[in-house]
Amino acid sequence: MTAKLTNAQIAWRAAQDIPDGAYVNLGIGFPEMVAKFKPDGREVIYHTENGILGFGEAPPTGKEDWDLINAGKKPVTVKPGAAFFHHADSFAMVRGGHLDVAILGAYEVAENGDLANWSTGPGSVPAVGGAMDLVHGARRVAVITDHVTKDGRPKLVKKCSLPLTGVGCVTTVYTSLAVIDIVDARFVLREKLPGMSLEELQGLTGAPLTVDGSVQDLIVPEV
Amino acid sequence: MNKVYPSIEAAVADIKDGSSVMIGGFGGAGAPIELIDALIERHRASGSPGSLTVINNNAGNGAVGIAAMIYAGMIAKMVCSFPRSSDPKAFTERYLAGKIELELVPQGTLAERIRSAGAGIPAFYTPTSYGTQLAEGKPVAEFDGRHYVQERWLKADVALIKAEIADRKGNLTYNKAARNFAPLMAMAAATTIVQARRIVEPGDIDPEHVVTPGIFVDRLIEVADARQEEVLLREGAKQ
Repeated sequence: MTAKLTNAQIAWRAAQDIPDGAYVNLGIGFPEMVAKFKPDGREVIYHTENGILGFGEAPPTGKEDWDLINAGKKPVTVKPGAAFFHHADSFAMVRGGHLDVAILGAYEVAENGDLANWSTGPGSVPAVGGAMDLVHGARRVAVITDHVTKDGRPKLVKKCSLPLTGVGCVTTVYTSLAVIDIVDARFVLREKLPGMSLEELQGLTGAPLTVDGSVQDLIVPEV
Repeated sequence: MNKVYPSIEAAVADIKDGSSVMIGGFGGAGAPIELIDALIERHRASGSPGSLTVINNNAGNGAVGIAAMIYAGMIAKMVCSFPRSSDPKAFTERYLAGKIELELVPQGTLAERIRSAGAGIPAFYTPTSYGTQLAEGKPVAEFDGRHYVQERWLKADVALIKAEIADRKGNLTYNKAARNFAPLMAMAAATTIVQARRIVEPGDIDPEHVVTPGIFVDRLIEVADARQEEVLLREGAKQ
């Protein structure tokens, strides 16, 4: 099997599709990495649930302002033109469909766009945060994820087995092996690693991959 | 009109056992540590208030703020979206032992439920949580071909919030992302108690800059050098 993309490379690939001038929410954890790979020359305005539009990178150690944090409770800075607002306005931006792109992590994505990314089931303390709001918030809801679980099972499935975050909400999945759009409740393959056959990729995917037009090579630099 | 209270103890003196208490803050930003500590002190001295329902985005971190209230045994139920943190031991242990109840609410729904209570709207429909466990038992309706879940307002007896500048009439400004839930909670609680970094005279805040109008505020206390939860955690505050 061909080597898969690293997390940084998946984040890089997702970043290439964020258009100039987009308002974007990056989920906490892995999706935050996407900001590092914004193509030069594009302006992207980042939204965080806790009431900032237009935040920037982390301040240097010792310069943190703990009243200026992101949804992951990490210190951030603000860019010129930033705005602060309360939580109801923040989620009006989300639920009201004002964001262009949300990029989230996933445990499972189903072929109809169902997403499971908040709970691994009973036995732990449940915590949902803003995930269930975000999946209904953006025009594009993209997922970045490894193509399979740590023990090799498909994360792209017919039907999610874990508790759902949202129904039919995901529009694009960037994985360690492929880029897949969800169109009319089907996985439509757009790009795959050049060294990998369609059969090989299908074998690692829990629902049929549809080819609609040509499949491009997924080529990502070392990052 | 003067909403300034003589002491922080007086400001929290009548919060009763079994009250629902909204506490501002998202993580450490906006957490009203001094008001919380005044309430914990009262509980230590008198055993009251206890059996509280606390509404906040989180369920405490380390051993300060809401976590300290949990360790003090004052909280019977948490209403929150994300009961995890860098050190969630206080809540996690009691929750897994069945000693504290949890109502888990998606973050945007939590904000809107609080706002609705403040605005006199008993219920609303949202796409959030449709088709998930968190919508079980709730009415669903279709509008323009899409499904929405009915959610109810969330009121409280008391709100404890932290502001940047207050005037004596209760008009408030906030500091950066410390604003978060505070303006909503100020609207939704029967009694809103505010600790502000500075209290000024009416007219000293430009009306264009007021974030929370004074009508939503009942009691004010100036805490000039308020402690910041995150800083306390990093200093290693212990139970």
